[in-house]
Amino acid sequence: MGGYAPWNADVAQQLVARLSGLEGAMLPVLHALQEEFGYIDSAAVPLIADALNVSRAEVHGAITFYDDFREGPPPARIIKLCRAEACQALGCESLVAELARSRGIVVDQHGAADLVVETVYCLGNCALGPAALVGDQLIGRLDAPRLMALCDGAAPARVQELPPGAAGRAAP
Amino acid sequence: MSLIKEIDFGTPIRVAEQQVTLTIDGESVTVPAGTSVMAAAMSLGTRIPKLCATDSLEPFGSCRLCLVEIEGRRGTPASCTTPAEEGMVVRTQTDRVRGLRKGVMELYISDHPLDCLTCSANGDCELQDMAGAVGLREVRYGYDGANHVVPGAALAEANPLFLGKDASNPYFTYDPSKCIVCNRCVRACEEVQGTFALTISGRGFDSRVSAGGTDFLGSECVSCGACVQACPTATLMEKSVIELGQPEHSKVTTCAYCGVGCSFKAEMQGDRVVRMVPYKDGKANEGHSCVKGRFAWGYATHEDRITKPMIRERITDPWREVSWEEAIDYAAAEFRRIQAAYGKDSVGAITSSRCTNEEVFLVQKLVRAAFRNNNVDTCARVCHSPTGYGLKTTLGTSAGTQDFKSVAKADVILVIGANPTDGHPVFASRMKKRLRQGARLIVADPRRIDLVKTPHVAADHHLQLKPGTNVALINAIAHVVVTEGLVAEDYVRERCDLADFEVWARFIADERNSPEATEEFTGVPAAEVRGAARLFAGGGNGAIYYGLGVTEHSQGSTTVMAMANLAMATGNIGRDGVGVNPLRGQNNVQGSCDMGSFPHEFSGYRHVSDDATRQVFELMWGVPLDVEPGLRIPNMLDEAVGGTFKGLYVQGEDIAQSDPNTKHVTAGLAAMECVVIQDLFLNETAKYAHVFLPGSSFLEKDGTFTNAERRINRVRQVMAPLAGKSEWQVTIDLARALGYEMGYTHPSQIMDEIARLTPTFAGVSYDKLERLGSVQWPCNDKAPTGTPLMHVDRFVRGKGRFMITEFVPTEERAGPRFPLLLTTGRILSQYNVGAQTRRTMNNVWHEEDVLEIHPFDAENRGIRTGDLVALASRSGDISLRAEVSERVQPGVVYTTFHHAVTGANVITTDFSDWATNCPEYKVTAVEVRRTNHYSPWQERNREEDVSLRRIAGRLADAAE
Repeated sequence: MGGYAPWNADVAQQLVARLSGLEGAMLPVLHALQEEFGYIDSAAVPLIADALNVSRAEVHGAITFYDDFREGPPPARIIKLCRAEACQALGCESLVAELARSRGIVVDQHGAADLVVETVYCLGNCALGPAALVGDQLIGRLDAPRLMALCDGAAPARVQELPPGAAGRAAP
Repeated sequence: MSLIKEIDFGTPIRVAEQQVTLTIDGESVTVPAGTSVMAAAMSLGTRIPKLCATDSLEPFGSCRLCLVEIEGRRGTPASCTTPAEEGMVVRTQTDRVRGLRKGVMELYISDHPLDCLTCSANGDCELQDMAGAVGLREVRYGYDGANHVVPGAALAEANPLFLGKDASNPYFTYDPSKCIVCNRCVRACEEVQGTFALTISGRGFDSRVSAGGTDFLGSECVSCGACVQACPTATLMEKSVIELGQPEHSKVTTCAYCGVGCSFKAEMQGDRVVRMVPYKDGKANEGHSCVKGRFAWGYATHEDRITKPMIRERITDPWREVSWEEAIDYAAAEFRRIQAAYGKDSVGAITSSRCTNEEVFLVQKLVRAAFRNNNVDTCARVCHSPTGYGLKTTLGTSAGTQDFKSVAKADVILVIGANPTDGHPVFASRMKKRLRQGARLIVADPRRIDLVKTPHVAADHHLQLKPGTNVALINAIAHVVVTEGLVAEDYVRERCDLADFEVWARFIADERNSPEATEEFTGVPAAEVRGAARLFAGGGNGAIYYGLGVTEHSQGSTTVMAMANLAMATGNIGRDGVGVNPLRGQNNVQGSCDMGSFPHEFSGYRHVSDDATRQVFELMWGVPLDVEPGLRIPNMLDEAVGGTFKGLYVQGEDIAQSDPNTKHVTAGLAAMECVVIQDLFLNETAKYAHVFLPGSSFLEKDGTFTNAERRINRVRQVMAPLAGKSEWQVTIDLARALGYEMGYTHPSQIMDEIARLTPTFAGVSYDKLERLGSVQWPCNDKAPTGTPLMHVDRFVRGKGRFMITEFVPTEERAGPRFPLLLTTGRILSQYNVGAQTRRTMNNVWHEEDVLEIHPFDAENRGIRTGDLVALASRSGDISLRAEVSERVQPGVVYTTFHHAVTGANVITTDFSDWATNCPEYKVTAVEVRRTNHYSPWQERNREEDVSLRRIAGRLADAAE
């Protein structure tokens, strides 16, 4: 995570202008802004509304419909934990409890912390549940040690290589 | 009396040639193809339970309450989204759908507060009705889980899903805890109003109605009330209902604001208005409203209302409250004294476009039959008199050609000098709906009005012309039509005077009328004009809509004729979707003109010098009538200043604020010996009055208004006149005191007389209005139910007449002393002089007039938004706050005249239309500079607000 440009209205305006000619430009525009700044600043809403000739309310509706569009700068790290039926069957709820017990992390609570664990429903990795997503790295067969390693900042690729149930900690 | 409840068919009634017959619960019904099963059932009187459906909105299919079973189909389709088909067999009440409905209701109620007894929607709640309809008897789920209902304070931990009430809008509240997320409000804002100010934020259980992440007042919401009307629960609710409770009876009446003339149900408790709800069967508005008609009626019972007659000898004296008899006798004695001393023509009257046809008719009758002169004029003089002149000359009638509904068939819409979203919002919603369906739009306006670009609507061409160059621009468009072979030749050959056409075509084809030549005046790039002309002439049904930006110029009448020329040349008059359509300002400006309020015309636009017509009136009224036309308003004021015009009866009008060059107006008023004001409030003109006759608001009146589409609508009294007398009775009393008897006991008798005297109204009666709801004149033997479209097979005058429309620029020009051009306009929340809307909470949207100035002009002068600036013309100067805005072009500034303290008309000049004297409000050469004080006129006006409004025995307060 990280590496986002700070909010800049001129850059945003250019991004919006570049994409506003597309058919159904709303989502490409929102994605482009989030990729650039890590979130969609509220100051972007009137820019988008003006460029697409829609109301500010409609832009707000689109942003809030999708969980993945952020209205504020993202935390340094986000772990997306699948809590859909298949992962529940494979014990993901115990991971939620473990997070709270050992780390005091409440899932879906956005505070000042630089690590946030968010619920997602199904990453399409049901055969290898419980599953999580960090950045664009999918992690299967998640267990408490692997999750703790992620919380500690281990690189997702390394965590995926840890043997299931490994007690050791992954090198960052 | 009872509460009028319109039938809700659930989905829009479709219009289709093909009919389909289906069976619903064993009964056969035939409906137009495309009609939903739900609406088909309702046409049989079968109410299928529903929550997300209402017939002002397209079907949505989200609430799952309207499920039915259809033979041969799997599952239980939603009846709102399922079109009726030939031979369909539908069952609306089976055990299966009953069970499903009950389950759905149970889920709804599991996340809804059960405070029905203390809920503001109690008695008018569709959710409650549906719980009853499906037989809901238990809710098994409880509130222990996640919910939007229980405030955090009532729980062990905070409830992040609970949102408090949003009461930011002055007229209604949004209570999210009552919301069932049926989307009706969001869809109403989009489909009906066309503002798109509401959305659903979030998804799934987090879905909430949202005004775009802000409160309602701070959002894009224009407070039209469509969402409140659509809401099936107490989520969006009028504050007046929260305060007072449900109304118990209602009457249908007509809004007294703009010329759209919306029909409303006045919903009442006793003689107290609880709310005004737009009436679905009202043909002008078809169930829609704007912030003024829907909510801004509180002025009717405002504490500033004057309800006792008053007199004073000098305007510097305090007013003395007297009996009706004393006030009327005093006024009559003064008028008689003045006529004896200064001659028969030294007195006159001004009728009001805010009063009913009947009231206006009586005032002009009083002038002609009791004063025995023709010194009667009306405020249409200062707004749409060029419309009357121009359309009569070219087409043969002094009125617009279409009904409002016609816009739904337009393919290219040319809006010129009108700002419909602010001035005629309910019609603008119709227009925007058509534009969203794909009609093309050309806007000709010096200012970037909202319609140029507003969500989901954008003009193909914004012809941002310089103020005062309408004629040059329309001529240039017509030039392209003629020179590029875009004339509708068959139409012109069949319907228009060919000799006139040929003369006109030669004139208009001249190089001096080309877009390239006129660009010098208009400032509009020639290519843009050519593009617009080709679009208008070649894009199908072309409809022209215009307003005061056309008429209020030195060449107002010329522009009206130029538009008529253009419409005839392109074959765009005489069917649905086309026409030349004035958007008239006041609720009854059409009517007051029809009623013979002009000094040269009897009712129905017949000249006073026409012997045959005059004899009919003389016979009916029993007195000889003056053959000479009387004085127009500006002439009355000129002659007053000159010392020959001494007495004026002003019916519900405020010329000291609304008419141009305020100092000249007030000088004229101050020079008169008897000024009689009939009004609700001590307005600006009343400062110069000697007799005040308290008027009544539209809620206290029985009568008719005629809107911009010539539609005669009933106005019905819902409360007794606060002053004890109706205005028409007061006019009768004044006439009697002047020695002329008028023997009416009800306004319907006045209309009967109008019908007998006026061929275009011959078929109008209260009885017919009761039966039909409304009629559009002409209404007579040839058209017993009225005339929605004019000039259908031939023009009223016979052959359409092309007029030469040479562009003669106004003498009012920007120069070194006054380098900028001021143009004036309106804003949505305020109405005209603001006497009414300023006395409502509409002020939260517009509490003062501001001057819009382009950043370029502002920077040159060191002006920033919010600065106090002096605005000066050769007529006078005022100070007001500036707003730097790119809506105006460089060299042009803009303001409104809604606030008397600003005095925008101190600035405007005496220039007027060559044919009708309609003042040139829209072009005044001005200079703007920063200042730190108000102008001497404004300072004196503030003092006079007190000194000329004292009422003996009352504490001095600024009534206005």
